[in-house]
Amino acid sequence: MDIHSLTVIEAKEGLKKKKFSSLELTKTFLDRIIKIEPKLHAFVTVNEQNALSEAKNADKLIADGKEKELTGIPFSIKDNFLTKGIRTTASSKVLDDFIPPYNATVVSKLIDAGIVLLGKTNMDAWAHGSSTETSDYGATRNPWNTEKLPGGSSGGAAASLAADECLAAIGSETAGSIRQPSAWCGTVGFKPTYGRVSRYGVIAMGSSLDSPGPITKTVEDAAFILQILAGKDPFDATTLPSKPENYIVNLKKARKMTIGISDDYFNGVDSEIVKAVNEALEVLQKAGHKIKKIKLFDPKYAIDVYTILQRSEVSSNLARYDGIRYGNDRTFFGEEAKRRIMLGTYALSAGYYDAYYKKAQKVRTLIIQDFNKAFEQVDVIIGPTTPTTALNVGSSKDNPMFGELMDVLVEPSSIAGLCGINMPVGFSKEGMPIGMQIMGPQHGEEQVLYAAYQYEKQTDWRKEKPNI
Amino acid sequence: MKIDVTHTAKLANIKVSEQEKKVLSKQLDDTLEHVGRLKEIDTSKVEGTNEVTNLTNVWREDEVNPSISQKEALMNAKRSYNGFFVVSAILEENS
Repeated sequence: MDIHSLTVIEAKEGLKKKKFSSLELTKTFLDRIIKIEPKLHAFVTVNEQNALSEAKNADKLIADGKEKELTGIPFSIKDNFLTKGIRTTASSKVLDDFIPPYNATVVSKLIDAGIVLLGKTNMDAWAHGSSTETSDYGATRNPWNTEKLPGGSSGGAAASLAADECLAAIGSETAGSIRQPSAWCGTVGFKPTYGRVSRYGVIAMGSSLDSPGPITKTVEDAAFILQILAGKDPFDATTLPSKPENYIVNLKKARKMTIGISDDYFNGVDSEIVKAVNEALEVLQKAGHKIKKIKLFDPKYAIDVYTILQRSEVSSNLARYDGIRYGNDRTFFGEEAKRRIMLGTYALSAGYYDAYYKKAQKVRTLIIQDFNKAFEQVDVIIGPTTPTTALNVGSSKDNPMFGELMDVLVEPSSIAGLCGINMPVGFSKEGMPIGMQIMGPQHGEEQVLYAAYQYEKQTDWRKEKPNI
Repeated sequence: MKIDVTHTAKLANIKVSEQEKKVLSKQLDDTLEHVGRLKEIDTSKVEGTNEVTNLTNVWREDEVNPSISQKEALMNAKRSYNGFFVVSAILEENS
């Protein structure tokens, strides 16, 4: 097997057994990046020189037996995570020349664990979107077919991993931005419970929703990386005080689960996707898990709740960009950012606050209560991640609700602050990946990872590789 | 529902051209119509959710911790003087 196809766990083993060095590994990915990027454009910034010196340093640590959890493992990180000394743009020209003076907590943890940072990945500008087309630096393409979109907003992250330009990618999700591009690019994408992973140093979008998480080739890699990222952070008051469980150990603890399915999550979904998800459910049923029909709040209302809450939080968060302390002034905002700031400003303005923002907050309560009831009966809930497979480049243009329509099936759980994962469950006739989501309750990381691992053990979709 | 784009742009501190105003006006009206569906849901007996963690009063000890230096804090500023950010005047002198 080529070393770029390895998982994080396999590469760790290879480094430990001296089958290859971190420098070889890093050079392999940098060569692939040079070769593939003209077609894919998954990166905004490639961190070549630093990556090579980090790799040499990692090899020294390994030789001295001083390696840590991720020493010498090449990662990509979405460009909305602050990286000290490395330009961070959130794919917006407002931050075109911004060099952060400090690291996001997620970045500090990964650096402490020993990663090699290959570069910063492209995204919808400010993470506003589900296509990566709203990036001020140009769209990322889907590695399975470069005429298609990778999804978003972590489209560069998912594409960089699917094209084997890194061993693991870090993304962030507000409502769908890890799971939806993972579905479209055929990767495992984990969105933790809100507060499980620190938001400190992640360029704020929807502060009551933002959740950083890993995009990986396997569930085991996701569990391994999540273990490093999870935990209370004194710099983020919304991080959960409880100690994270041991995700890796729990993956292998055999038990039977009850899986909930709701018809509303299959309505209006492409028949190929419905079929693939039903087949995946059969795999889980054969493994001894029980399927139970449940009724959930119609996901279509989540679009409206999310649209109001997200635009409102955006208008507040993006108010800080004045071009005085860093970055460029407000004339540099792109169309999508302007549209969202304007809608949020309106929804929060005097006379309209009750009708929009307050109303959305109340429906948010109903969605949370509805999930709470469902999780009294089931351990996890399974459904399709997206209503369609990857759409053509250009599809998001002129549709201000594009992101919301593509994220309809993941928005309810994001609004409720739940955790969830996208699992690759096959391919469409066109050869595009199909994704299935597994949702868990708040703090239900280990249940979700276990269910995902149960499926993954019996399938081998990972062996399929895009021809790029 | 017709959104007042000029007023909203002023509140948001965003400059929009006349051409943009036309496009935005239509798009924002469409979006507001879409989210208006929430009226279908009875929320008369429901409290709103501000945040989902249920944490309250998250405090830390009032201790001085290391922070970034003044030089680092200023390194991205387009204009600085004597360790300060320079901003454009917002008040006019009486003549």
